[in-house]
Amino acid sequence: MPRSRHVPGDLAMWLFILAELAVFALFFALYGVHRARQPALFAQGQASLRLGSALVNTLLLIAGSAAVAASVRAFAANQLARGAHLLGWTWLSGAVFLLLKGEEFAHLFAAGVSLSSDDFWMFYLSLTVFHFLHVVLGMVIIVAVWLRARRGAYGAANHVGVETAAAYWHMVDLVWVVLFALVYVAR
Amino acid sequence: MSTSAKAAPRPAGGPTPANMHIRFASQTVAKPYFVAAIGLFVGQVIFGLIMGLQYVIGDFLFPEIPFNVARMVHTNLLIVWLLFGFMGAGYYLIPEESERELHSPLLAKITFWVFLVAGALTIVGYLAVPYATLAKITGNDLLPTMGREFLEQPTITKIGIVLVALSFLFNLSMTVLKGRKTSISLVMMLGLWGLAIFFLFSFYNPHNLVLDKYFWWWVVHLWVEGVWELIMGAMLAFVLVKVTGVDREIIEKWLYVIIAMTLITGIIGTGHHYFWIGTPGYWQVWGSVFSALEPIPFFMMTLFAFNMVNKRRREHPNKAAVLWALGTGVMAFLGAGVWGFLHTLAPVNYLTHGTQITASHGHMAFYGAYAMVVMTMISYTMPLMRGREANSNGAQVVEMWAFWLMTIAMVFITLFLTGAGILQVWMQRMGEQPLGFMATQDKIAFFYWLREAAGVVFFAGLLLYIVSFFVGKREAARG
Repeated sequence: MPRSRHVPGDLAMWLFILAELAVFALFFALYGVHRARQPALFAQGQASLRLGSALVNTLLLIAGSAAVAASVRAFAANQLARGAHLLGWTWLSGAVFLLLKGEEFAHLFAAGVSLSSDDFWMFYLSLTVFHFLHVVLGMVIIVAVWLRARRGAYGAANHVGVETAAAYWHMVDLVWVVLFALVYVAR
Repeated sequence: MSTSAKAAPRPAGGPTPANMHIRFASQTVAKPYFVAAIGLFVGQVIFGLIMGLQYVIGDFLFPEIPFNVARMVHTNLLIVWLLFGFMGAGYYLIPEESERELHSPLLAKITFWVFLVAGALTIVGYLAVPYATLAKITGNDLLPTMGREFLEQPTITKIGIVLVALSFLFNLSMTVLKGRKTSISLVMMLGLWGLAIFFLFSFYNPHNLVLDKYFWWWVVHLWVEGVWELIMGAMLAFVLVKVTGVDREIIEKWLYVIIAMTLITGIIGTGHHYFWIGTPGYWQVWGSVFSALEPIPFFMMTLFAFNMVNKRRREHPNKAAVLWALGTGVMAFLGAGVWGFLHTLAPVNYLTHGTQITASHGHMAFYGAYAMVVMTMISYTMPLMRGREANSNGAQVVEMWAFWLMTIAMVFITLFLTGAGILQVWMQRMGEQPLGFMATQDKIAFFYWLREAAGVVFFAGLLLYIVSFFVGKREAARG
């Protein structure tokens, strides 16, 4: 099949994605500046994070991305039932992510961590909570597309809606990968 | 949700309006609202000129009109005339989008007089008696809400505003519910309901000054950097649909992206007011990050306006309205977007907070975004309500002269205030031996004189704008 040169999904969603990436980029840049100023504080905060569950979460979002990409291909090949099924897997990966992340938040809040604890926790909570909300929105979009798919709205000729949802999910995934590397892993 | 832009038939069985240029007779209730808006705009600018002179001649008109009263009248008239403009726009736009007559034209007329009389009495109150006396007469002790910037109105006036807003929203909501729902009308209604709901925070007046300021911004910021932008976007989209003939679906998509960006950046962007009022430190990061992106929706509005005009499928005879629409896009981006960004980052704002930099932003943002979008709407609808598709060429030329005079004068007002602000920050807050506030003011008086001169040009432009309504009646009648 020749490589398509068109931008998949709705252009409006791409504008939205660019704006979202700009917000996160600014946050990451400020995180970097503050980390450079207070290396000891940030190292201490990072050391107390649980790398294991964050790694599982990273794999979950990537798996979700793979499923939604496969779903787009399925719709393009007119395999409608398979496409809808794969959307379900994406949604499930998001749901498990939220459970694991929610458990992490509950643990931290119980330990008395808040936005005002110190600069590390302020950035940690700002970044992860904003990202958490984006996963929620991504799941809402997936459900909306899944419902439309069940009503037969998509096919090989028209599955822009699925592509649009996939583009958003990839953005949520991409931001998490950067966040995971920067906040959890980088020492 | 939206329907296509097909020209809808006139309402079946309903009376055909005598004026063939408007779709529904009840749309003309907008006219007195627009006339009142322009009248109050004149008052606002006169008080601006008085105050501008008081900057350099401190006892000008003292004790009759002290500076603080002139300032209160200047800002309150601004808000009230813009509200009249939004209401007029709502009464015109909603029936047309909903494809039906307004639910109750009579209620709209009653609401107009109630609002006008209440507004006039309030201004007379400001000017006739000392503010503390006004507070006493109007029973502020029973439910204290007075004394806060922009929300100086006596409590009884505030209650009046709520009643007027309820009547207005009831009237429009009933019209929308019974008629066609379009993206433009839904965004407009979301903005107008938001405007009314956030105004309720003006009744909440906690003793704790931090909380007081915190919620005060829920009215002030979430109006101008939140729901008013939705109203502005809807009004601009409405006029662009009409004057360009571009497919409604395209315009609606732009509108959705713009409002999404407005809400993403604007709501948490409230944080740029929370830097130094006693709120937690994380607001410095949140406020800086989100408000730094607030220019994006304004820039998109500029792109939107120019794109739609470039893609136009028709040459609308009302060139003046097109000029206002494009002007709104540019000036809103410069005034609200660029001049807002100038001092929105916490480390910058630490130095510029409450200086003439703020005043420069305030002037160009209010003119560029809201005054101009109301004038765009007036420019498009007034000729239609007066029985013609567009004004005569002569009238349009005068109107365009008024546009350029006011707009260029506002650019200079902004630049002079920016110059004054930079010097003020330098002398008062950054120097080796900082000067006191009044000593600094004396040193930047030259800029205040220049600003006053630009203000006089603005006033001349405004008078010319009014003249344009009376030019070339005969020519228009022939056309």
